[in-house]
Amino acid sequence: MEEGSAGVELTHGADPAGQGPAERSGFVSPNWVTTRLDDLVNWSRANSLWPMAFGTACCAIEFMATAASRFDLARFGMERVAYSPRQADVLICAGRLPFKLAPVIRRIWDQMPQPKWCISMGACASTGGIFDNYAMVQGIDTIVPVDVYVPGCPPRPEGLLYGILMLQKKIKRETIFDPGLRVEQLADRRGMFLEPAAVDELSEPFGNSVHQTRSA
Amino acid sequence: MSDAAIPNPSAATLRARFGASIGASGVVGGDTIVHVVRDRAHEILAWLRDAPGERYDYLVDVTAVEYRDRERPLEVVYQLRSIPRAAMLRVKIDLARDHALVVDSVVDLWQGANWLEREVYDMFGIRFRGHPDLRRILMWETYDEGYPLRKDFPLRGRFSRAEQVRRALAADLSAHYSLDELSIAEAYDALPADMRERLATGREGEEW
Amino acid sequence: MGGKRTLELALATPGLDAAGNAVRVPLTGSAAAAPEPDLRTDHMLINIGPQHPATHGVLRLVVELDGEVVVRVIPHIGYLHSGFEKLGEYRHYNQIIPLTDRTDYLSAPANNVGFALAAERLMGIEITPRCTVLRVIACELSRVISHLVWAGTTAIDIGAFTVFLWMFQERERAYNLLEAWTGARMTTSLTRVGGLMADLPDGWTGQLRAWCQGVPKTLDEVDRMLLRNGIWLGRTQDVGAMSAEEATNWSLTGPMLRASGVPFDVRKDHPYLDYETYDFEVPVGEHGDVYDRYLVRMEEMRQSVRILLQALDRLPDGPINARDPRVILPAKRQLMSDMESMIHHFKQVMEGVPAPAGEVYFPIENPKGELGTYLVSDGTAKPVRWRIRPPSFLNLAALPRMAEGHLLSDLIAINASVDIVMGEIDR
Repeated sequence: MEEGSAGVELTHGADPAGQGPAERSGFVSPNWVTTRLDDLVNWSRANSLWPMAFGTACCAIEFMATAASRFDLARFGMERVAYSPRQADVLICAGRLPFKLAPVIRRIWDQMPQPKWCISMGACASTGGIFDNYAMVQGIDTIVPVDVYVPGCPPRPEGLLYGILMLQKKIKRETIFDPGLRVEQLADRRGMFLEPAAVDELSEPFGNSVHQTRSA
Repeated sequence: MSDAAIPNPSAATLRARFGASIGASGVVGGDTIVHVVRDRAHEILAWLRDAPGERYDYLVDVTAVEYRDRERPLEVVYQLRSIPRAAMLRVKIDLARDHALVVDSVVDLWQGANWLEREVYDMFGIRFRGHPDLRRILMWETYDEGYPLRKDFPLRGRFSRAEQVRRALAADLSAHYSLDELSIAEAYDALPADMRERLATGREGEEW
Repeated sequence: MGGKRTLELALATPGLDAAGNAVRVPLTGSAAAAPEPDLRTDHMLINIGPQHPATHGVLRLVVELDGEVVVRVIPHIGYLHSGFEKLGEYRHYNQIIPLTDRTDYLSAPANNVGFALAAERLMGIEITPRCTVLRVIACELSRVISHLVWAGTTAIDIGAFTVFLWMFQERERAYNLLEAWTGARMTTSLTRVGGLMADLPDGWTGQLRAWCQGVPKTLDEVDRMLLRNGIWLGRTQDVGAMSAEEATNWSLTGPMLRASGVPFDVRKDHPYLDYETYDFEVPVGEHGDVYDRYLVRMEEMRQSVRILLQALDRLPDGPINARDPRVILPAKRQLMSDMESMIHHFKQVMEGVPAPAGEVYFPIENPKGELGTYLVSDGTAKPVRWRIRPPSFLNLAALPRMAEGHLLSDLIAINASVDIVMGEIDR
């Protein structure tokens, strides 16, 4: 979760003082020139997002269906699905993420150059979905920062497109004159991206799930 | 499917030939099940594959079952099929929990058993003597939370979620066989002839 | 194939023989490349995956290469291991049905049917005639849509991008059907133990008939593009061949086994859902290479359409669920007005339906091969063991045997021809 983006109020190590954009050094106050420039940059970024399709399971098939003729991602600028993270803008994690795959997505995220965003497609990527067990990461936001969550199991292609449009709107709210915006949330020396307490809290079973761990 | 009440004649033939090494047998759910003693299991399975009247040439599945009742032993289950005779047989080996969970591998009989046995090892911790490459297949090689399908393994795993994430992120992504392990020098003679030929000449006669 | 929209181009192949089969293109070439003793070479070790467009999921292949020749390939799986079988031990039988969608997600209705049949045999429940025919329709529909994805992704791996778009367009039309019936395009959760989730909506059979008219036309278009295409033949013939004995010993299954010449199909040899009363053929190949697997799967799609039309003709009226109030949830109207129905509803939802102690292994012919469901029960409502015998798992295990000695690009073609779905392999 980049600082300055609307969304989850998780605090992490990057900015303990909780400074907003205006307080950080290097921040340029918006004026007519900067806003015009921002409009241009954001418009070009939003309309040519090259997705890094990190497709793992069923959602990957719906992603392929979204990219195919009927729903056609190309009209949203996602013409070229980048299979190399070095050439991609947005990581779309389509599908469940087991623990064995966790270091892979972390490495791919680290390999993507800024500016980069992340869409978590589907229930399993967002929260672990129906797999509240030993093998599944309970949401990729414990490993990489997520900008847009698309719920569904799998989400309809229209749902994914709505999520992409939300991301485009989010990008258009950004400013290139905020140096804090594109700070990399690197994994710390333990290799983790979030505090352990935060990971545990995000992964807590809730609601009905507490009853689903009884075998007999 | 076949008549539920009539057992596969292989059960009687096995009992006649191997006597006391054959344990309980019967028909459950339309299928014939035969329990065999662990120490002669490999011999029995080899006989089932090769004997002219049996010819169970196709290994359908190898798996294991642990019951919730702690009194019952673990079972290693082999699902066999004879394609020419369209017959199926289920062979089980009982493994008492307090003894070592080891059985003989059947990879030398059916190549399909290779990955199936690795999965049983990964999920249950049952070792297969004679398996060419017994290591975890579904979990990563250094996974040390335990054997997931055992009944004493909790659904959400033993460690806390944060600990699981930490261990997962710490796994070495570059783990692969080293070049000398992959060297096929020793294995060359064991390769089938057509593969050796392809390796010796490259793609037959393709010009670069 | 009288196409008016496309030209019959002169293809760089010898064409068809007297019987109308494509003549197998002989590999050209003279002597092998002369060895160069002064050139010191090393084998390269490369890693394909687990994130890779051509691995068909999160599969990792560690490949040792001598130039372009694959010396050794080691598949690493488990990157999609989701703990299905463990989860099954904590769920009632009907709660496992949505899990089965997510194993082989390309042909979800068939998975649902396979599990429901196993649970019904375990519990001794008999399904109604209408349910039987509807399940056949679901299975054959899944077979077609799964093979459509297979054909599209294999073609795109080998370089024919257009086929991918055509196949997915056809699959979209099938999605319309599935969505009208179950509410979901892909993860259908179609069956329940003892019946189905819902009956067909009005007009659905007409839509299915119309779809059945369209599929052979699309398949013909694809065949026009690939069947005698010199590039396709060169990339797929004599690549990754497995003999019949090897295929049996390696426990290959489904189209992989049949392409190698072993005429085994669960629908014919261990029939279920009255398959012995349907008139269809099972294509069996000869060489076991990628081209034969292509031929087998294309023909299977045509045969599936044949079965679908027969099923539509014989679809009887009647209830879709068995008449067993202990197993089938009562209708809402009854539930709200009748005490006994309410008690049945309560017991089923809160406690689940117990299965008698015992076990069952029920194989069905999934598009990928023999999908077996092995259920062990100890008399409670949650199984002691739910084992999925995954066809792609066994097919993939033979990849080293098929690919070693071939080129790297052949490895991609062979991997595509295996028709893997990692959800099923890793479970």
